[in-house]
Amino acid sequence: MKLIRTIAVAGLLLAAGFAVPRLCATEIPQAERRSGYTFMSPDTKAIQDDDTANPGMLWVLDGEALWKRKTGTADKACADCHEDARASMKGLAARYPAYDKTLGRPVNLEQRINLCRAQHQQATPLPYESRDLLALTAFVAQQSRGMPITAGADPQLEPFVAKGRDTFMRRQGQLNLGCTNCHNDNWDKHLAGSAVTQALPTGYPLYRLEWQSLGSLQRRLRNCMTGMRTQIYDYGAPELVELELYLMSRAHDMPIETPAVRP
Amino acid sequence: MASALINVPKKAKRGDIIEIKTLMSHIMETGYRRTATGELVPRDIITSFSCRYNGVEVFRADLFPAIAANPFITFFTVATESGKFDFEWIGDQGFTETASAAISVE
Amino acid sequence: MHEPKNSSRRQFLSLAGSAAVMGVIPIVTVTPAEATPAMLASAIRNVVGTATVQTGKIKIDVPPLVENGNTVPLTVTVTSPMTENDYVKSIHVFNEKNPQPNVGNFYLGPRSGRAQISTRIRLADTQKIVAIARLSDGSFWSVSADVVVTLAACTEEVI
Repeated sequence: MKLIRTIAVAGLLLAAGFAVPRLCATEIPQAERRSGYTFMSPDTKAIQDDDTANPGMLWVLDGEALWKRKTGTADKACADCHEDARASMKGLAARYPAYDKTLGRPVNLEQRINLCRAQHQQATPLPYESRDLLALTAFVAQQSRGMPITAGADPQLEPFVAKGRDTFMRRQGQLNLGCTNCHNDNWDKHLAGSAVTQALPTGYPLYRLEWQSLGSLQRRLRNCMTGMRTQIYDYGAPELVELELYLMSRAHDMPIETPAVRP
Repeated sequence: MASALINVPKKAKRGDIIEIKTLMSHIMETGYRRTATGELVPRDIITSFSCRYNGVEVFRADLFPAIAANPFITFFTVATESGKFDFEWIGDQGFTETASAAISVE
Repeated sequence: MHEPKNSSRRQFLSLAGSAAVMGVIPIVTVTPAEATPAMLASAIRNVVGTATVQTGKIKIDVPPLVENGNTVPLTVTVTSPMTENDYVKSIHVFNEKNPQPNVGNFYLGPRSGRAQISTRIRLADTQKIVAIARLSDGSFWSVSADVVVTLAACTEEVI
């Protein structure tokens, strides 16, 4: 029924002359999608709402300093090529993970930063979840704050979005749970004291009160996988990047909130 | 690398009560956690924060492990004259950081 | 109703089940030690000495139910004209069940203008918070607030 309705709506939009996004990967009806922000208490929302109260901004500040710092054997700073991030990085994070022609697969923002380091700065990659990588990622992503997410729109990414969706839908692990069982089927309920949200990653890297730190989407995904008692993919694993890509495509058109705050 | 975020109004009228917000990067390791092998993770917290307004202390705080990571502290002061606020955080393991902010009072 | 024959097995399964949901693989564990009401009383005594502590004038703003005990927003306000002759000297915040009863001491003066401070605190468990104000006339004023701390459904391995 849902599929028929989706096709019917697509037909109507076509008739009205709208460009219809590929049968969108969103399993939650577009109109019912809600950022994780809307599930939070007023006190937690207040932390995100005020940049001088949001600890995520500390990483953004660090990222801004790193952006200008020369590094690697090339002795180049990000700013030497990309100049003012406010202009050059605007909207970039909304498109990530993006297709990398050389690798023939999607890379996330952290991987893009490390590819840039290797190729242009001749510097060693920054470890996942290191303060520097989180800081640079947060600084770059913050330049897209408020802009609509378009990740996954590139037709070359279609098979990778599909793979990510498969990971999301597949039951796995000792509890035999799929991501979908919570985040599509039960997002209006609670698991212990926590709201089950819709798995729409609009604000990464984000500050989790539980972590008392900024963290990446991959950290959050691995966190969920621990809870599901399933095999945890390594940081940077293609499966995790595909899952990130699928999740970002679910959040199509929703505004970037980086650095968001979550409980 | 330690960053601080300070929010002080750039301008104020003489006699205005202004709010000052401060956020400092710090893990605030409590000293009560243990590793898998049972060793205590040593305490590493900020123990003291102060604010001077043109050299005179107008606010001070003692912090304990119950203060959340990346300490956020807000307080008020009366805008008396143009000048500078100096902030100082002192902590375990030789931690010391400073920051300052200017204000113009009419 | 009769006793289940395999009660120990059931108990084990329910424990295993909750561990699964919690995703608990504790690498770093929190020392179970907690402050006792006696420690709280003694920490307060250290500040007020033998003075009588009255209730009133001071207010705690804290969410009654928090999403995560690691970062709980807290505001303390004292009613005071904050003049040269009548002001709040300090605000002291205590907790009942963290490993240590002290949270923070905040020193103010007539130049503060308003006797109000905000910070974010850690609460290891559902508990009571106490705030005490010391006024320029030497009097002490106290208030307490109860906070329910819910536990996160999925915690993670420490990275």
